[in-house]
Amino acid sequence: MYLKPFSCKQGERFFYAMSKELLDSKDMDRTITRMAHEILEKSRGVERVCLVGIQRGGVYLAKRLAEKIKLIEGRDVPVGALDIALYRDDLNIRKEYPAVRQTDIPFEITGQVVVLVDDVLFTGRSIRAAMDALMDIGRPARIELAVLIDRGHRELPVRADFVGRNIPTSHEENVEVEFLEDGGKDKVVLNQE
Amino acid sequence: MMRKDLNLIIRNGHVIDPSQGIDGKGALLVEGGKIKEVFQDSGFGIQADSTYEIIDAGGLYVLPGLVDMHVHLREPGYEYKETIKTGTMAAVRGGFTSVCCMPNTKPVNDNETVTEFILRKAYAEGACYVYTIGAITKGQKGEELAEMGMMREAGCVAFSDDGLPVMNSLLMRRALEYSKVFGVTIISHAEDLNLSSGGVMNEGPLSLRLGLRGIPVEAEVIAIKRDIELAALTGGRLHIAHVSTAGGVRAIREAKRDGIEVTAEPVRITLPLQRKQYVITIPMQR
Amino acid sequence: MSETGQQLRNKDIVGIKDLSCDEIELILNTAVGFRDVLRRDIKKVPTLRGKTVVNLFFEPSTRTRTSFELAAKRLSTDVINFSVSASSMVKGESLIDTAMTIQALGADIVIIRHSSSGVPHLLARHLNASVINAGDGINEHPTQALLDAFTIMEKYSRIKGLKIAIVGDILHSRVAKSNIYCLRTLGAEVRLIGPPTLIPEGLIDPDIEIFHSMEEGLRDIDVVMMLRIQMERQDRGFFPTTDEYFRFWGLTLERLSLARPGAMVMHPGPMNRGIEIVSAVADSPQSVILEQVTNGIAARMAVLYLLSGRRG
Repeated sequence: MYLKPFSCKQGERFFYAMSKELLDSKDMDRTITRMAHEILEKSRGVERVCLVGIQRGGVYLAKRLAEKIKLIEGRDVPVGALDIALYRDDLNIRKEYPAVRQTDIPFEITGQVVVLVDDVLFTGRSIRAAMDALMDIGRPARIELAVLIDRGHRELPVRADFVGRNIPTSHEENVEVEFLEDGGKDKVVLNQE
Repeated sequence: MMRKDLNLIIRNGHVIDPSQGIDGKGALLVEGGKIKEVFQDSGFGIQADSTYEIIDAGGLYVLPGLVDMHVHLREPGYEYKETIKTGTMAAVRGGFTSVCCMPNTKPVNDNETVTEFILRKAYAEGACYVYTIGAITKGQKGEELAEMGMMREAGCVAFSDDGLPVMNSLLMRRALEYSKVFGVTIISHAEDLNLSSGGVMNEGPLSLRLGLRGIPVEAEVIAIKRDIELAALTGGRLHIAHVSTAGGVRAIREAKRDGIEVTAEPVRITLPLQRKQYVITIPMQR
Repeated sequence: MSETGQQLRNKDIVGIKDLSCDEIELILNTAVGFRDVLRRDIKKVPTLRGKTVVNLFFEPSTRTRTSFELAAKRLSTDVINFSVSASSMVKGESLIDTAMTIQALGADIVIIRHSSSGVPHLLARHLNASVINAGDGINEHPTQALLDAFTIMEKYSRIKGLKIAIVGDILHSRVAKSNIYCLRTLGAEVRLIGPPTLIPEGLIDPDIEIFHSMEEGLRDIDVVMMLRIQMERQDRGFFPTTDEYFRFWGLTLERLSLARPGAMVMHPGPMNRGIEIVSAVADSPQSVILEQVTNGIAARMAVLYLLSGRRG
């Protein structure tokens, strides 16, 4: 446990939030390796399997999984990026809309097994939006879900097929997954708000 | 036009050449059609063989070929008045080796075809160099710009609706703006047609006594001032044709002092007269 | 994880003049996502379900109106085309009354085209709904500039430092005005080419180079942006004839060869082939004229999305 300072604009004062590192880079790597094995095991290889990461953390994770699969199986799996901003169910109640990021799925998903990849599974609403977005792109034979962290508190009937870690949390807490590719280092942090 | 075989001595003349600062007793030596030397004495001592033609100027002026930038050769269309041949012959007779002909022919020189016709004819039949001035507006009607760019490419050196003013100030503005692309001068026939309408002579006691409708000097002065303002606005190059009023001269002098790109020419036929100002445009034309 | 995107500052887009560099970049980045949508078989997203968009056009327009209409429909809004001849304007209803009526009908976004400069600005002040300027007089046509910038970004991945020539009737072109503001804000080097009658020299930023000759102006250019020559202009003496215009300012293959190899050719349409551009250029691989049309929908979707997304 350590104290992480962050600035708060209203008060010009520093607050101290409680932060706890749940996974370090080695933990993360081991977890991702296991998930890759599980995906291969369930699909019996990579035939018809593709990975689609949800912007942005899911995209990094999907690429990591693909690298592992390549190491294990010696085969490439196609990796795509999916942005769900346009499919969110909270647009009408939000004060401000989210940024629109790129959707880049340069392969056919119709008839394929699409493994949706996200960093944290929380309410399940993002996954609902992601499935709607996928359906507008094609008709997969099956959609599976892989998440690094499942922190509970589902609001929709959504369940992950591949889970890195189950981390029970409270509503006041926030799980943050950081990736090397995003300019930080690999780690999973639990923040107290 | 240049005779390459011409060897000539002109002696005992009064040579004037402003470009060389020469104005005095002198003689010329021409070889192969080109002036080889200008002597600042009577030139009786110049040695030459029998191939040289010798002219004794007898004290008369010897001038560079003059340029008349405002002539009407009338061809095509008004050959009964003048042709390119007769007009250029008259020019040469008067000491002019280059003339610029105004576009009020029939058809009007408002497109490259007419320009090419005049230049081809001048090359074949003309006695001196001919430069064409194209019309500013189609048919000199003062309604739409003529194809200045194409005429410039065909050989026109300036543009004018001479004989008629461009009454529409907006169109005149466009002409001055547009002409900048091609670096050509707009020559203005400065006359307010509403003020001069029906007039045949200078407005004053004499016109009253003769019972003729007069033209006020303002008909020209106002038009000159308008064109000067437009030249200042647009940065176009303006030349005022046949200025005949003191007010016009004053306006031009002031504009030049202010750095506006404007030049002017007097009406030659009024120069020998001693009257203070004349409005000549309409009387001259009719 | 409901991260919030960067937002536009104002509820309206009436001119590029009022947008910051960050805002323009936000729109262009957002348009990338919508371009992806337009490339799919199902070119529609549910994002703006329940929103109402009104096309209020006081000037005839097919292209821009259709483009806005499609953009709005692709976002699942309800679109109404308010045609002027059928409206109350002919009954003497004031402009503001007409707009207020449209707002009372439930419009969230009103897209306006008018022959008088400043009308969108006036209505933006009176309406709570967002106003998008689809062309006002000779002032601005902001979404055209945005789609043009987007099209340039697609090819060059940058705008800063590019040499871009805008050719033709700068004076009357709202497309040119918006493009000048947009491209300058994004850091391009902008040149204007055309007859002096159509380029108001004294009125233009002294940093913008003006050329009267195509041969000089097109040298080393990365992008050539042609403008439509409006036929009715020549009656007012801006240039003598379309023949002469073509001779000196028409974009031919020969003139295009003076630009950088592979330079991009743009035109907001509709084109006058043989007047401002020859078919050989318009139909060449260097021409992106049809991409501009497609990108217009993406850019307008981005604008609709971003304006809807700022109620804070």
